[in-house]
Amino acid sequence: MKLTLRVWRQKNADAPGTMSTYEVDGISQDMSFLEMLDTLNEELILAGDDPVAFDHDCREGICGACSLVINGDAHGPERTTTCQLHMRSFEDGDTIDIEPWRASAFPVVKDLVVDRSAFDRIIQAGGYISAPTGTAPEAHAAPVPKPDADFAFEHAECIGCGACVAACPNGSAMLFTSAKINHLNVLPQGAPERETRVLDMVGQMDSEGFGGCTLTGECATACPKGIPLPSISAMNKEWLRATRKVRR
Amino acid sequence: MTRTLWDSSLGKKTVMAVSGLIMLLYLVVHMIGNLKIFFGSGEFNHYAHWLRTMGEPFLHYEWALWIVRVVLVAAVVLHAVSAYQLSRRDIRARPAKYVHRKPRASYATRTMRWGGIILGLFIVWHILDLTTGTVHPGGFQSGHPYQNVIDTFSTWYGNTIYIVAMLALGLHVQHGFWSAAQTLGAGSATRDRVLKTIANALAAVLTLGFICVPVAVMTGVVS
Repeated sequence: MKLTLRVWRQKNADAPGTMSTYEVDGISQDMSFLEMLDTLNEELILAGDDPVAFDHDCREGICGACSLVINGDAHGPERTTTCQLHMRSFEDGDTIDIEPWRASAFPVVKDLVVDRSAFDRIIQAGGYISAPTGTAPEAHAAPVPKPDADFAFEHAECIGCGACVAACPNGSAMLFTSAKINHLNVLPQGAPERETRVLDMVGQMDSEGFGGCTLTGECATACPKGIPLPSISAMNKEWLRATRKVRR
Repeated sequence: MTRTLWDSSLGKKTVMAVSGLIMLLYLVVHMIGNLKIFFGSGEFNHYAHWLRTMGEPFLHYEWALWIVRVVLVAAVVLHAVSAYQLSRRDIRARPAKYVHRKPRASYATRTMRWGGIILGLFIVWHILDLTTGTVHPGGFQSGHPYQNVIDTFSTWYGNTIYIVAMLALGLHVQHGFWSAAQTLGAGSATRDRVLKTIANALAAVLTLGFICVPVAVMTGVVS
């Protein structure tokens, strides 16, 4: 396959960026999208140019490191992570636009790499449970009803990649935050911090400068792990419940 | 708790949802009242007069009407202020646009902000036209709403403004009702289909219910 790539190049956080055009040849349909970028970078390095910086880690679709907006879609045309996207999803001769996640809470570090530490701070605000130290407790000590376990698991699938924020026209992190809150709030292990968790995590989300939800549904469409849109409504319900319960 | 609500984006959205639902409830009542025009000037004018005497003798003349007006003005102001502040926040959160753009979301979703502004302007015109009579075409007669309605819908601009605004209303209600339900925590995988159906039905019924009045005047069904 021969492709034309238009890639966002930006030297650092303060430098202005621009779309640069590159030609790549000899791309196999079985390559992943990241392997295709590796091929481009090898050519750039041989030519003495600066390789394109992009985030990646496990390349197995479970770490949440990869993060590209491909032809206007977060993680590209398939509903998966960029590392699991293969070149068979494209045609020979295609022009592909590659851009970083766009949100003021995710500033560009270099080229296609953005700083997603805002998500870490949201987790630090309440995305944990109070657990006693020592040996692991008996697994059956805290019974969990099957529907609750399923609900928790569905939301625990979130890998924190940030595609929801990238896809949202308001740069909102509500799908991410709701996945993390719902995952723990439905379980008995998460009960001690149920109210403070939702209030603190939503508070942190607001102060990081993420936008609000206008129910466009773009986040749930882009999510490689299929976190559903009603998650946000479940979080709103938890938040309203917590504001009634907690006096601060 | 008031502080928690107003300082949080979720709290402001709650304010928007509740004030929106109050206005929506009013609109349903308003539309049903409007339809009385099809039963002739006697019934319509009698109904309009009852709006002023409702609640008597417990409430004084027009007190109930003024209570409704105060609640509605509060709802409009809260709705508009939170919409403005939330929109500012949303625009700040996404300053850089993608080079590769795709048309996304439904028309109703994309037109919520401009649609809201159109509706705000419409409300001002509507009150100046049929409540105070300031911009009413022909002589505004206080206490003769049937004749006033026919005057307004006998002008091309009266019909145009009204019908455009009612189409905007339908779009606004379609996305707004659904969003309000989600904001108040009513959404779930099983309930979302029902909520969307209710939103679509409310939007269609309100739009058609309001628009049939100018259409009836234009076609001479009501004269």
